[in-house]
Amino acid sequence: MPDARAQSDEALLDRFQHAAFGYFLENCNPVNGLVADTSRNNSPASIAVVGFALSCYPVGVERGWMTRDDAIASTLATLRFFWNSAQNEEPLSTGHMGFYYHFLDMHRGIRVWDCELSLIDTTLLLAGMLTAAMYFDGDSPRETEIRTLTDALYRRVDWHWAQGACATVRQGWKPESGFLHYGWEGYSEAAILYVLGLASPPHPLPADSYAGWSSTYQWENIYNYDLLYAGPMFIHQFSHAWIDFRNIRDKFMRAKNSDYFENSRRSAFAQREYARRNAHGFVGYGENCWGFAACDGPGFETLKIDGRKRRVFGYAARGIPYGPDDGTIAPWTALASLPFAPDIALAALRHFCAQYPDVTQADRLPSGFNPTLPGRGPGGWISEGCFGLDQGLIVMMIENYRSQMIWNLMKRCPLISAGLRHAGFTGGWLSQPEARPDAQK
Amino acid sequence: MHRNNVLPELLYQETHGPELLANTHPADWRNPVPKDKYNLVVIGAGPAGLVAARGAAGLGASVALIERNFIGGDCLIMGCVPSKAILRTSRLYAEMHDARNYGAPVPSGIAVDFPAAMERMRHLRGRLSGYDSVQRLREEGVDVFFGSARFMGPEAVSVGGVTLHFQKALVATGARPKTPDIPGLAQAGYLTNENVFDLIHQPKRLLVIGGGPLGCELAQAFCRLGIEVVLAQDDPMFLPGEERDAAQILSDALALDGIEIHLNSPVVAVRLDHGQKVVDIVNDGDKRTIAVDEILTGVGRSPNVEGMDLEAAGVAYDTETGIVVNDFLQTTNKRIYAAGDVCLEHKFTHSAEASARIVVQNALFLGRKRLSALNIPWCTYTDPEIAHVGIYVREAREKNIPVKTFTILMHDVDRAVLDGEEEGFVKIHVREGSDRIVGATIVARHAGEMINGITMAINSGIGLRALAQVIHPYPTQASAIRMAADAYNRTRLTPLLRAFSKWWLAKGRA
Repeated sequence: MPDARAQSDEALLDRFQHAAFGYFLENCNPVNGLVADTSRNNSPASIAVVGFALSCYPVGVERGWMTRDDAIASTLATLRFFWNSAQNEEPLSTGHMGFYYHFLDMHRGIRVWDCELSLIDTTLLLAGMLTAAMYFDGDSPRETEIRTLTDALYRRVDWHWAQGACATVRQGWKPESGFLHYGWEGYSEAAILYVLGLASPPHPLPADSYAGWSSTYQWENIYNYDLLYAGPMFIHQFSHAWIDFRNIRDKFMRAKNSDYFENSRRSAFAQREYARRNAHGFVGYGENCWGFAACDGPGFETLKIDGRKRRVFGYAARGIPYGPDDGTIAPWTALASLPFAPDIALAALRHFCAQYPDVTQADRLPSGFNPTLPGRGPGGWISEGCFGLDQGLIVMMIENYRSQMIWNLMKRCPLISAGLRHAGFTGGWLSQPEARPDAQK
Repeated sequence: MHRNNVLPELLYQETHGPELLANTHPADWRNPVPKDKYNLVVIGAGPAGLVAARGAAGLGASVALIERNFIGGDCLIMGCVPSKAILRTSRLYAEMHDARNYGAPVPSGIAVDFPAAMERMRHLRGRLSGYDSVQRLREEGVDVFFGSARFMGPEAVSVGGVTLHFQKALVATGARPKTPDIPGLAQAGYLTNENVFDLIHQPKRLLVIGGGPLGCELAQAFCRLGIEVVLAQDDPMFLPGEERDAAQILSDALALDGIEIHLNSPVVAVRLDHGQKVVDIVNDGDKRTIAVDEILTGVGRSPNVEGMDLEAAGVAYDTETGIVVNDFLQTTNKRIYAAGDVCLEHKFTHSAEASARIVVQNALFLGRKRLSALNIPWCTYTDPEIAHVGIYVREAREKNIPVKTFTILMHDVDRAVLDGEEEGFVKIHVREGSDRIVGATIVARHAGEMINGITMAINSGIGLRALAQVIHPYPTQASAIRMAADAYNRTRLTPLLRAFSKWWLAKGRA
């Protein structure tokens, strides 16, 4: 492995991006395009990870890590599988009302773990499909089929149903118990969910659903940063993997004279500030060692460490400054802040490489590590293997930093710009002629 | 288990102490001979009734006070007073276990003495009952009648076989715990705040149903007293309506204490099995079954509106929301007022008392005081405490009030760090573009004490700029409020002002 200290930023980023991209080639079932949630044995597929995979294949093609033919084959396998999959109320189907279950059996493609029909994960899957449809714009029958299937799959989603007769979209549904009784309200990673839902021609979300979502926004001054608060960093990143939020503003951001991109930048700095303070006295935290998000953890238990009672978690959303925080760092979320705050994201990556070789080995960042707990190396407890969501986000965010490729693709996607407009976004690239729906026909 | 209207037998047991009974309902009490007409007849001797009765009597009014159970009401007997006494003991145990973080050795063999904790509570309750004792009330000129009140018409009420005629009346009969509608619960038996403080022996395992203030406070206290506590809450978070981040910190604190937490989890069935209470809890379709020794419910309160023949007096009410009052606390009978839990949405001792003060002025002295003008703070006395005053961000946005929140983390407050009490925050909400405080939430070990500075600022119309000028002794935890004001001041330093300042200072160096 090359010494990170001797490498340029560009070379270092290429190294981590390429390694992250490899995840999708290694953990994909070529028959149905499903991609494993994690690299662990017997991991089921996560539909969100499939969405990231579909978004990453074009990056792979452009970077020369995958042939266009292979990318088309993988994309088509995925789209054909979902189009032909079972859509019904049965507990062991693939989806319902155009949405899909969060986790699917890698081979049979049906629901596992009694998981929920997931609104946000279906959204990320659709975002990946739309990315593919924008990228594969050739006239060949196979590329045409990618676009046709994507359009059909998108139109099949009944967003209106997903409101469950409430003002906002529910977080999920189960055949056994119906809708989960909490919705997507308050700032979260679900911005893109509302964008795609609002743009749907056959089953759109009503415009006031976005107002309902944003009605619990909290505009706070924390550590002297004015920001739209959300504790976990991934919330400030997921929708941004596809949508360039620079200089486009909805009603809320116009009132605050900010935008969501700037908000993510400040949030990254707030994360760093939190780690610098290290109020809970965790090992490792510092100005270059931060990253608090939904990630894997040591397991749900209460431990006594140096006489202090500590509660640690398994897979859970960690956030700042109110917690929960168990000393687990999600290194990928620091790196995925690259487009917003390149200096501190790169400094964090270099710190991880220098201080925690056990964490950065094989150039693929784990879901989480916890230096406060004992382990084989300086990283302490390290999450086994890696998670597809994290790797996908790394590939896309590094690409957006390097070339803005995904952002540029999606700026041309009529559904994205229409959804943004329905949500009240104006200005920036939305004002450019090519972003206008009528200019794209 | 429910004892509405029934004198709890246990109260006569010696565990409650003779002091409490002598002060709150002496066995040999004889109701006085009623006067021809009273300026004010108060029904219910809880916090609202006591404040009104004493306040009116102090101003020279002839006052009758009717109480069917005990002077002091829920607050004294089965509410704030006993619960806070137990919280204090439980905190001591928590700190003993945590002694190493304070630079002290953990005492060896910490064994919880549950009966001693309960005995301390009863002793203190007895002592505090003296302040509002029936003897003192009599000395202050209040005619105290024990018995059930029943309206005889729009201007008269009967009690103990006599009729009291009034110029004005106040209904302050409070509220009682709601009964959760769970199959099998009544048969299996359960505790509420009305009898949980009668516990003599420590149960091994306790299920608390309801993650509101009462449920959270007592779950934490009993857990720290060595009981295995399971806390089940229907909603996705504790303290519904409270700020999400406050609820998050509380949830973490409760879990760290060792409480088994079930959010989004309604209890659907209870049954008795070999002396155990077996409980089914459902989370998103997944059912879990647990076995406990006792169940405590805290799922809200119902107003005490029944049995008084309010209809005879022309007083409208709803069994869920209580007596209907206008902003002046008048009922649909203009001579009759209501105050406290029987009519208020926010059922707190201090809001009951504040509403009673309004009634005295409005009923007897032509006052026009409004309920809506009150800024009522509240506090949940968990560790850390959660205190709030004014409006929430959610409400502000519903009312189209643009709000900005200035947040200070307690881990940035020196004294909180030194005290080892750095969980929490101070959030002050101001109207965007101004320094006008519209609300605040504090999560801190002493949030209930800290919120007062902000309540005073809101009441007095003092903004954050002025608060920045208030000098706090160093180091205090309440200086977090000044730090929030400082943060506000920093945001006023626009790039233009900064540039001007730089230019001015450079000029000075030239």
